[in-house]
Amino acid sequence: MHDKTLAELARSLDAGEFSSHELTQHLLGRIDRLDGELNSFITVTFDQALATADAADKTRAAGKAGPLTGLPLALKDIFCTRDVRTTAGSRMLDNFVSPYDATVVEKLATAGTVSLGKTNMDEFAMGSSNENSHYGPVKNPWDLAAVPGGSSGGSAAAVAAGLVPAAIGTDTGGSIRQPAAFCGITGLKPTYGRVSRYGMIAYASSLDQAGPMARTAEDCALLLSAMAGHDLRDSTCVARGVPDYTEELDTPLAGLKIGLPREYFGDGLDPQVETAVRDAIKVFESLGASVREVSLPHTHYAIPAYYVIAPAEASSNLSRFDGVRFGHRCDAPVDLIDLYKRSRAEGFGDEVKRRILIGTHTLSEGFFDAYYKKAQQVRRLIRQDFLDAFEEVDVLMGPASPTPAFDLGANKDPVSMYLQDIYTIAVNLAGIPGMSVPAGFAGRRPVGLQILGSHFTEARLLNVAHQFQQATDWHRQRPAFAEENA
Amino acid sequence: MALEHADVQRAAHLARLGLNDEDATRYVDDLGRILEMVDMLQALDTEGVAPLAHPLDVTQRLRADEVTEGDQRERFQRCAPAVENGLYLVPRVVE
Amino acid sequence: MQWETVIGLEVHVQLATRSKIFSGASTAFGAEPNTQACAVDLGLPGVLPVLNEAAVAMAVKFGLAIHAEIPEVSVFDRKNYFYPDLPKGYQTSQMYQPIVGAGVVEITLEDGTTKPIRVHHAHLEEDAGKSLHEDYHGMTGVDLNRAGTPLLEIVSEPDMRSAKEAAAYLKAIHSIVTYLGISDGNMAEGSMRCDVNVSVRPKGQKAFGTRAEIKNVNSFRFVERAIAYEVERQIELLEDDGVVIQETRLFDPDRDETRSMRTKEEANDYRYFPCPDLLPVVLDQAYIDHLRDNLPELPADKRARFESELGLSAYDASVLSATREMADYFEEVKDVCGDAKQAANWVQGELAGALNREGLAIVDSPVSARQLGELIARVIDDTINGKAAKQVFQALWNGQGAKADDIIDAQGLKQVTDTGAIEAMIDQVIADSPAQVAQYRDAEPEKRGKMIGYFVGQVMKASRGTANPQQVNQLLKQKLDAFC
Repeated sequence: MHDKTLAELARSLDAGEFSSHELTQHLLGRIDRLDGELNSFITVTFDQALATADAADKTRAAGKAGPLTGLPLALKDIFCTRDVRTTAGSRMLDNFVSPYDATVVEKLATAGTVSLGKTNMDEFAMGSSNENSHYGPVKNPWDLAAVPGGSSGGSAAAVAAGLVPAAIGTDTGGSIRQPAAFCGITGLKPTYGRVSRYGMIAYASSLDQAGPMARTAEDCALLLSAMAGHDLRDSTCVARGVPDYTEELDTPLAGLKIGLPREYFGDGLDPQVETAVRDAIKVFESLGASVREVSLPHTHYAIPAYYVIAPAEASSNLSRFDGVRFGHRCDAPVDLIDLYKRSRAEGFGDEVKRRILIGTHTLSEGFFDAYYKKAQQVRRLIRQDFLDAFEEVDVLMGPASPTPAFDLGANKDPVSMYLQDIYTIAVNLAGIPGMSVPAGFAGRRPVGLQILGSHFTEARLLNVAHQFQQATDWHRQRPAFAEENA
Repeated sequence: MALEHADVQRAAHLARLGLNDEDATRYVDDLGRILEMVDMLQALDTEGVAPLAHPLDVTQRLRADEVTEGDQRERFQRCAPAVENGLYLVPRVVE
Repeated sequence: MQWETVIGLEVHVQLATRSKIFSGASTAFGAEPNTQACAVDLGLPGVLPVLNEAAVAMAVKFGLAIHAEIPEVSVFDRKNYFYPDLPKGYQTSQMYQPIVGAGVVEITLEDGTTKPIRVHHAHLEEDAGKSLHEDYHGMTGVDLNRAGTPLLEIVSEPDMRSAKEAAAYLKAIHSIVTYLGISDGNMAEGSMRCDVNVSVRPKGQKAFGTRAEIKNVNSFRFVERAIAYEVERQIELLEDDGVVIQETRLFDPDRDETRSMRTKEEANDYRYFPCPDLLPVVLDQAYIDHLRDNLPELPADKRARFESELGLSAYDASVLSATREMADYFEEVKDVCGDAKQAANWVQGELAGALNREGLAIVDSPVSARQLGELIARVIDDTINGKAAKQVFQALWNGQGAKADDIIDAQGLKQVTDTGAIEAMIDQVIADSPAQVAQYRDAEPEKRGKMIGYFVGQVMKASRGTANPQQVNQLLKQKLDAFC
């Protein structure tokens, strides 16, 4: 059961091979047995999951099942879930039981999905390895010595380990695509504004976007169709119709124009990753696509621009965690300043503090123009690079990350950790959609192929990824960890 | 732009983050290197480039002036660390 | 040395929207603490703001009323600082691209002259909650009901030169916003609050002196008092070779003084940056034109019309146009009785006096504009005299009748103008007052005018106030002079 994709599970449920209750029970059992080692969940909602599965089974019995009814998934612990603890991976919210549901959570519940729980993540989505979680690091099911990537590391690891067929992540600078690549699954960061951010705990508001993480592009299409769409509660969520993203999956790729950004194949790219990515591109050529080199000349300014914009927004977004209305509050504050300073010093971890300090500093008087305004100007240039490239080609392809998953504890230096996101970060600055698709291995560790499109071309990206998955079986590989001996 | 100990202390105070001296020293080093990386931006000529605040060129949608939210105080204050008589409590504020 | 005072005002006006600027919670005043603070107002993790259309429309109307430029694009910024009444740790405001550009407010001084005061800009922002300092075990309580109430902050240029001008400006803003119906203007409930920037400079000097900002000046009276105190303080300082420090001061109405808000912290650094949760607000010309076409008559226009069309004095016109309620009441009285001057006298005299005594606003007057107008009409057509009219007014006020005519009938107040009847009463009074008649006769002629008052009083008393006083006077004089 746990090897199947969402689409396959839906067919099995339809055929009566097993019930949603049985499926949920089976997966909860696997979580119980395997997640002690993996640490991909922060909170597992056993009782609620079974109750939801039972309701889904009734819906199905009544002939009212939709494409996602009764299908299990997990939510990154950054989505507010009513009456369920929502921590964002932080001690600050260790005791926070959300009084309301995020829009994405509501939409997925309306679609009939069954949430098994909340997955581990880098604190407030700040990190690329899931080592910044208050709840401890997550291991990569392909190699327990390796990180799963981040910040949606728990979501990626849980799917890769067969604990759940799909999970919802968020991506601010690569936090869906990089862990998807590291864990050998398929992940999609939609266009900024495609999915509501309401109820998604904000890291960097102008960059954050939620998206699906699953085994296949088809599953991502099913999930995105349910998640996307206008939300009156989010001003930045666009009023634009949501297509059925599964409809175009089977369109042949003949004539597809693929661009390879020169800057994505330069220094620092692991040779095994490069080989896997170039082999994947050959597959596309065999499917009738043409390939040409393009340039995104401002690529190397993306990380510096990001590390001005994201921490600036974060420093402001995280001010609400002040020990007054929710979240951690220090013991016996002597005065207001003490309440603030100790609650926040105790509640936030190291990387979060680093980014708050950077953001506060760069926004402060005398620095704003040199940092924030400059970064926003560069942001425009970076977006323009992509717009120019998409005048010439339909999609861009390259590696999702310069290396495969690295060892737990290997990247101690924050700056070298930041540089890991070289291929993913510009995408968030430009607001365009991007995917990572399994494309081979470097040793035991998976390699992800990144596919990028212009704004609102999710259907095309999913089609391209799906056609690749029809021609390859990287996405069907399972880590040994997922095989239970019991 | 070199970062000094006082800059970090100032940012920490503005951000209401308690830092001891040891933390501060470590952050001076970390933040200094991050800013050094960020300073790469200064090399780029952006004369005449308009800042981009949002990735999409869309404008604010307006909400009809209707009261849609009722009283949920009891629910919202369940996650509050200190309340009394419906008020959130904080150490005495002197004006 | 001669000193000149320079004053600029920042007026915060709570807009009269039903719901908050960025959420669907109610803005009603006086609810139980935190029952009108929704998830967005509380800044719960993950919540997002969506802008209220009515707040935008109200801000634009204000801009149009002061002939301001309305920029096509305005942008919300975050002003970052920590305070318990500021749930998100930032206030969403407009720092760089406000919704209303430069405009002008005309103020009327006590002598009836007017002066233009320039408005630098007006911007939208959210109000903060309230800290309640009653003792909760040595703690402060925070009520966030007010958090997120829309505010229009109106920033003037430093164009005012006296406390009186500042008060007149505040009154002008008050009447514009109440005329537009964009605020209830209730200063006691904090719907309008004011920060005052004050500096002094030697008369003739071009450069401004160092200014102090006085916070918490929340009534027309306090504005005058706070400025008067502050000006005196600054002049004293300067004349003693001291210097004025640029600082924020708090007005204490109980002690009638301003004092420094000493903070041990360094100057604030608000780290303004564009709010990434809100997009640029773009207003198209058709929308602005629609709002302009539907603006009500504004106080300055109304005042001018009261003078030119109704022939009121500058003073009367200014008082009667000060608030929309006052103007509406006056105009209805005038329409019913048909005489603007009489209507003006009654509204500012008898009615204003009664309202003042009972501390009532004109909208709560027990005598409606129609009732008052009908009463005045009976004075004009000589049905009753002025004295009886006051009696009828009092009866209307006390709810002793619904219409002036009913009261006049019931109390028999119709004026007696029949000469025969009046003569009969006069003859009776003269017959009953031989001593007074003798005194009158013996008095020097120029003193008799005063002495006639006694007889008038007696006749009016005999008529229970209904005799026409002019007739009584005239007939009495004839009859008494006959004795001389």
